Amino acid sequence: MTLMSDKSAGNGYFGPYGGQFVPETLMPALAQLDREYRSAMADPAFHAQFADALRKIAGRPSELYFASRFTEMLGGAKIYLKREDMNHTGAHKINNTIGQALLAQRMGKKRVIAETGAGQHGVATATAAAVYGLECDVYMGSEDIRRQALNVFRMKLMGARVIPVNSGQRTLKDALNEAFRDWMGSVEHTHYILGTVAGPYPFPEMVREFQSCIGAEARSQMLQAEGRLPDVVVACVGGGSNAAGIFARMINDKSVRMIGVEAGGRSLKPGDHAASLSAGRPGILHGTLSYVLQDDDGQTSLVHSVSAGLDYPGVGPEHAMWKDSGRVEYLPCGDEDALDAVVALSRAEGIIPALESAHAVAQAMKMAPKMPKDSILLINLSGRGDKDCNEIASILERRKGSEKK
Amino acid sequence: MNDLSDNRLVKLFAELKAASKKTLLPFLSAGYPDLETTGLLLDELQARGVRACELGFPFSDPVADGPVIQNSYAAALEQGATCDGILDVVRNYRSGGGSMALAAMVSYSIIYRHGVNEFLETCKSAGFDAMIIPDLPMEESQAVGPAADRLGLCNVLLVAPTTSPERRIEIARRSRGFIYYVSVAGITGQRDSLPEETIRGVEELRKHVQTPVCVGFGISDPQTVATVCQVADGAIVGSAIVKRLMDAKARGATSREMAACAGAFVEELITPLR
Ligand SMILES: Cc1ncc(COP(=O)(O)O)c(C=O)c1O
Repeated sequence: MTLMSDKSAGNGYFGPYGGQFVPETLMPALAQLDREYRSAMADPAFHAQFADALRKIAGRPSELYFASRFTEMLGGAKIYLKREDMNHTGAHKINNTIGQALLAQRMGKKRVIAETGAGQHGVATATAAAVYGLECDVYMGSEDIRRQALNVFRMKLMGARVIPVNSGQRTLKDALNEAFRDWMGSVEHTHYILGTVAGPYPFPEMVREFQSCIGAEARSQMLQAEGRLPDVVVACVGGGSNAAGIFARMINDKSVRMIGVEAGGRSLKPGDHAASLSAGRPGILHGTLSYVLQDDDGQTSLVHSVSAGLDYPGVGPEHAMWKDSGRVEYLPCGDEDALDAVVALSRAEGIIPALESAHAVAQAMKMAPKMPKDSILLINLSGRGDKDCNEIASILERRKGSEKK
Repeated sequence: MNDLSDNRLVKLFAELKAASKKTLLPFLSAGYPDLETTGLLLDELQARGVRACELGFPFSDPVADGPVIQNSYAAALEQGATCDGILDVVRNYRSGGGSMALAAMVSYSIIYRHGVNEFLETCKSAGFDAMIIPDLPMEESQAVGPAADRLGLCNVLLVAPTTSPERRIEIARRSRGFIYYVSVAGITGQRDSLPEETIRGVEELRKHVQTPVCVGFGISDPQTVATVCQVADGAIVGSAIVKRLMDAKARGATSREMAACAGAFVEELITPLR
């Protein structure tokens, strides 16, 4: 596989978005990371090492799966699933953590830290840390620790420390704050493995490149299976890493329509959702200029999503650029539709999607029936739903209760 | 263009230099525990002989701050503190004859939302003399520096322990009013001792630039203020003061009592500089 280092983004910007809005203390670490990333990109040995690790540790390539019964059920476009849920640890997050752990090694850093929402990035970081013998601390909001108990256990089992975060809404944004605070005091020997295409440069570009194996594989698998590219690609967007990973290698294929699906939560009223691109404005959060959910005084808004991994008031800066240019469409999907999609895909295909990925599945369920039978819709199935089973069970139970009344 | 000669902060450091004096720069979380108390605190600090003060604008996501300032920001926001409210406190302070140099410590998230020019103009006309933007490093500071110069506001840049020697000089050259020398790699909050490198770092920087240097992060007692001011032009104390306010609030103190309590502590801190 090939990684591309993006010259146009070499100054840290994607159009007007991006940048490095961080305390001076972190600037040297970002510069060091940028240097190391660029030297790795120019080093064939690194590419070989990364590809080998993706194969042996993550189990890549992931399948491109024709969902025949789901297609039949929806009665329109042919539905293909890019099976990131089949990766070791259960989501796309492992692609990025392997890449960054290798960089940490190159920089001689013995400790890694991470933030996590759904716990998938935390688990993937803990895994890479175990593989490469790195010390690992993961920051996680206490609300998410409750919602994603299984992943907390997995991280601990692999030797990571899970540090609860009790500030703010106790979710993903607050975990990022704490990870940055840790890094402020530990930059000399610690690498921060940020889990998505947000944050200060070079994270948005670097994480996209480490995730671009998804799109590179999907593109050639699609050509192999159908002799052509899909008409539509759908991916869920939290910070935007699985979406950027699948979009990046098809962004120049103008015939491919791309849709990013955000957490529409309960409604699009402030505080009820986490749809930064659909309902936010340009602003700065966690070191990058992008679309954010903020009030008029610049304070970050409250957010809500049934899915801990999409529950974030910002988004990667490259998505902001793609939104403005119209290259990618961004749409919200509500909690209820996502839950319905979990049930539908589970029954039709025997695949239980993560609540995050279910947002993309739900969007496909809306579109596919209106598309011609010979058209192709590709869903990036970013992760599996094992981690969500307790949460889904209790919500479905509540639903049943309210239906009876 | 770039006429800062009338700026209170610039004049203060010129005066101090002429008199071979050093200064204390207390930091307050604006709006903690409420805006009324912030107003009282400004008068109190001035009465205790403070010449320059930093007002931190509460922010929901302050990544450079430790628990004390974070919690004070969260409490201030809960109490309804807004940028407008803080600016009103400063206007009142000035219309009452307040003469301290005032620096606004504000996240760039807040400034960007309001619009850089509009925000700086409002700060200047309300009575601020300087901006300290902790999340706007040198590379991005072009967004603010020229506008601040034009308005006669000092844009204070920060140097960290992790900053390389060449970069320190570059940052120092672009900084106005003073150079904020961050003494520890880490977040704000009390530390038991000041790293040795801080003293050496300030001395080294002095050899290359004329701009005053003030040291902050982790300073919490009069001895450290004195030590720092052997080499620096000023010592910045934040969390230790805010902590005193929190403790006073927990004891059920009134606004006046809280102001007096912080004032007494500041008096202790400033004594070695008299
Ligand atoms: C399975 C899965 N998909 C998607 C996401 C959202 O992240 P991103 O938008 O960076 O892909 C997460 C985050 O936790 C996740 O676990």
